[in-house]
Amino acid sequence: MSGRLSFGMSRAGALFWDATKEKRLILQRCNDCDHAVFYPRDFCPRCFGEALSWNNADGSGSIYALSVMHKPGNPLMAPRLPYVVAIVELSEGVRLLSAIVGDGQTTAKIDDKVQISWEALGDGRNLPVFEVVKSTAS
Amino acid sequence: MGKQDSLIRGRAAIVGAYDIVSPTGKLDATERELEVRVIRAALDDAGLKLGDVDGLLCTGMMMPSMDLAEHLGIYPRFTDTTMTGGSSYEVLLEHAAMAISCGLCEVAVIVYAATPQAKGSGRKYAAMMQAMIEPGNPPPMAEWELPYGLLSPSGAYALAASRHMHVYGTTPEQLAQIAVSTRKWACMNKNARHQTPITVEDVLASPYIAEPLHRLDCCLVTDGAGAIVVTSAERAKDTRRSPVYVLGAATHHDHAMMISQMPDLTRTAGAVSGPRAFEMAGITPRDVDVFEGYDSFTITLLLHLEDLGFCPKGEGGRFVEGNRLGPGGELPTNTNGGGLSYTHPGMYGMFLLVEAVRQLRGECGDRQVPEAEIAIAHGCGGILSSTATIVLGTGGAL
Repeated sequence: MSGRLSFGMSRAGALFWDATKEKRLILQRCNDCDHAVFYPRDFCPRCFGEALSWNNADGSGSIYALSVMHKPGNPLMAPRLPYVVAIVELSEGVRLLSAIVGDGQTTAKIDDKVQISWEALGDGRNLPVFEVVKSTAS
Repeated sequence: MGKQDSLIRGRAAIVGAYDIVSPTGKLDATERELEVRVIRAALDDAGLKLGDVDGLLCTGMMMPSMDLAEHLGIYPRFTDTTMTGGSSYEVLLEHAAMAISCGLCEVAVIVYAATPQAKGSGRKYAAMMQAMIEPGNPPPMAEWELPYGLLSPSGAYALAASRHMHVYGTTPEQLAQIAVSTRKWACMNKNARHQTPITVEDVLASPYIAEPLHRLDCCLVTDGAGAIVVTSAERAKDTRRSPVYVLGAATHHDHAMMISQMPDLTRTAGAVSGPRAFEMAGITPRDVDVFEGYDSFTITLLLHLEDLGFCPKGEGGRFVEGNRLGPGGELPTNTNGGGLSYTHPGMYGMFLLVEAVRQLRGECGDRQVPEAEIAIAHGCGGILSSTATIVLGTGGAL
């Protein structure tokens, strides 16, 4: 597996990335209006309040939109082609761009339940990615 | 605000319009040379002189209107460099019409030139990407999206298409029909990059770029330039051509370059800018004779059709079937061949305006829409992020 594009950390995102070192997904919530905030900020983009707290997220969600890349988004991604990029809606109510990985990626579809997985970034941090949850229903 | 109390409706008119593109997709000139050429041609078209220009509007990196005005040797009293991506030129026309109706300037020039086919433009883009991934307070997109390798911009549009297909049952064949109808118009335009007819099967057989979008669902990358001249309705009476009046204008945006931040991937900002512009003009979608709608991808155009109310939300796929958008169809759309087949230098909005003006003046020859009185130029920038809707009309539509 090739590496990912290197990227820095914003001040607001530092705690998020620190938590990924322990494979913990944490999300911000506004203390004033209870809005779930992503991406991390130093204020709430709904009520403009400045009091936000970090909470553990359970890492479950569903696929909101997905696309199989047949051209790489950057040269580092070329060896992974074709690969799946998706917008995942987390159970906490936020959406984020991510990747669908693992055995189920080739058959993944919108509304499929997904669970967080982690990909090592090589600097101690882990990148949140998602795997399709195998259906246990009959 | 309705048509009676609008401060913009009918107060300004486009009196000059010109573009330069080549069927080869390449132009052997610098962007600055092209800007000067299209300004000269658009002013000639209007019967005005450079010395008449007191408003200058363009986009670019740093102080672009100041650089251009210095080069031209003019001293504008109104200047605007609002950058909303591909919709910029519709936004700039909205601003020019506003400035003219308020008396801030009288003759405004809006100009665009880009040569993505020229050597070095790839390097410029690479340098921009590199700047984004520098460590230390990166922009949100670099931190939260770029590591996943979403192809930009195609991947974002593919995500929107996937969602629309899932929610509304839109098919790849329906998206392909948009490319097919648009190509039919291009076959009647000797300047179009592609002038060979295509079929739905051709689109579906072209390689995937980002599923569900194929290569022929995606716009071109070509060199191109264009300019328009805008003046007051009063002064427009004395110019060379029939004035094309600005009847309605509205802008909206709901995210920037992070597709995860778009509130609903099946509904663009056009659902706000479209109805507002139509209301200002005092028209409904049924009154539109020609629709020039930003077609960076087939899905882009489909979303515009729904958001502007040409059909209900979710029915865009069925709406485009049967060549409704093509020559002889009910809603002539992208009559120059669009970004899909005519030209697309990166920010296509200028060419929507130039073609709308040509149609309303009756200058389009084989591809002329008979008795066109009302045309829409609907720009879209970023990744379905910003829209600006312009309603244009002939004197008869005032």
